[in-house]
Amino acid sequence: MTPRRKIRVLIAKPGLDGHDRGAKIVARALRDAGMEVIYTGLRQTPDMIAEAALQEDVDVVGLSILSGAHMTLVPQVLEALRARGLDDVWVVVGGIIPPQDVPKLLDMGVYKVYGPGAPTAQIAADIQAAVWGTAQPEESPA
Amino acid sequence: MNPWAQRVRQGDRRALARVLTWVENDTPEGQAALHDLFTATGRAHIVGVTGPPGAGKSTLVAALARHLRERGHARVGILAVDPSSPYTGGALLGDRVRMPPELARDPGVFFRSMASRGATGGLARATERAVQVLDAAGYDPIFVETVGAGQAEVAIMRLAHTVIVVQAPGLGDDIQAIKAGILEIAHILVVNKADRPDAARTRRLLEDMLRLGPGPDPDWTPPVLLTVATTGQGIPEVAAALEAHRAHLRASRAWQQRDAARLQATLEEALRAALWQRWRARVPQDTYNAVLRALQRREISPAEAVQRLLQAAPPDG
Repeated sequence: MTPRRKIRVLIAKPGLDGHDRGAKIVARALRDAGMEVIYTGLRQTPDMIAEAALQEDVDVVGLSILSGAHMTLVPQVLEALRARGLDDVWVVVGGIIPPQDVPKLLDMGVYKVYGPGAPTAQIAADIQAAVWGTAQPEESPA
Repeated sequence: MNPWAQRVRQGDRRALARVLTWVENDTPEGQAALHDLFTATGRAHIVGVTGPPGAGKSTLVAALARHLRERGHARVGILAVDPSSPYTGGALLGDRVRMPPELARDPGVFFRSMASRGATGGLARATERAVQVLDAAGYDPIFVETVGAGQAEVAIMRLAHTVIVVQAPGLGDDIQAIKAGILEIAHILVVNKADRPDAARTRRLLEDMLRLGPGPDPDWTPPVLLTVATTGQGIPEVAAALEAHRAHLRASRAWQQRDAARLQATLEEALRAALWQRWRARVPQDTYNAVLRALQRREISPAEAVQRLLQAAPPDG
């Protein structure tokens, strides 16, 4: 009997860059933190990511973006999630994000943004705080 | 009717996903929804897919799902089970990687990854209930992809109408296949990655083995089919074999018999769990601990310990 419900996380790579080492390291670290991590692979469109998030009923979507296209891709993913009523899913973004873009992403509704050196333990702790600590995504699917 | 059950029956995919989560976590909401959904189950063809890691189970299931959708199946369900870590309870569920974009976007396909959550036997404890939810939602067939073979036999044999065993050439096929008892559970054998040089040899080996000993059903000879799941080669033949096996089960009444046997096993398992919980709640903790410690000190045998506990809290009391 687990006192707290399992956290399910989708790790996705939108866009065209073919480098997923960082995404795999984070997926592995979250698994080691006791989470169930669904890894979807390279070159996912925003619709594919949102559809996978719906079917897998995840608490968190983690996007790994190294191509520099985050200001285009992140709003598209957020929109695709909202279009499916998944407003209560926490979205985190990792990759090479210039500092001036971070507040813009947070304003759009992204929960956290992580640079290449972010400690994975911090990412896991942030996710646990979000899912277990404050909001309860289990209550209000549209 | 439970509103969540109603939404699932009406084809609401968001509700379906949420009910699957509840059922997986065995919550009261999940039990309430399943209570109302269960009467609508029993229609779907449940297809187990097992085989060693790397044989191409996920790719084969994706190719089959795509083929069936093109052939007019309205809804195809996929449950993919991967192991949970025994140390952390976490899991890396990677079967979606094999899904081609057309399938990932297809509203007639529902794909759900499940962690085994400590269950042995290749499936999760909640897999059967997840199948029931998809069945009630109108998904047919429902593919259940197990954790790599070797230990998956019993659970998938009980759950599925048809079991596909996937092999690949050169994957230690000789003795491994036989040792793992794989031929005893297969209704359909697939040699995937058949563009590799040893495919014909692997096929002959499997066919020779089949001649030596029958499969799970004396009235059904398992076909051995060659596929290249990445290109779709051989997939129509596997789909045709699935359909033939379904027709065979229907005609021979084996469908009903399997269903009846499975539900009896399900009932008895649920009953065991419920009786255990109820009994355990009536035993004073001190008594339980005292008997347990006596056993651990080897003062009494396990059988004697059971007698003492049953005397302390009679199950029919």
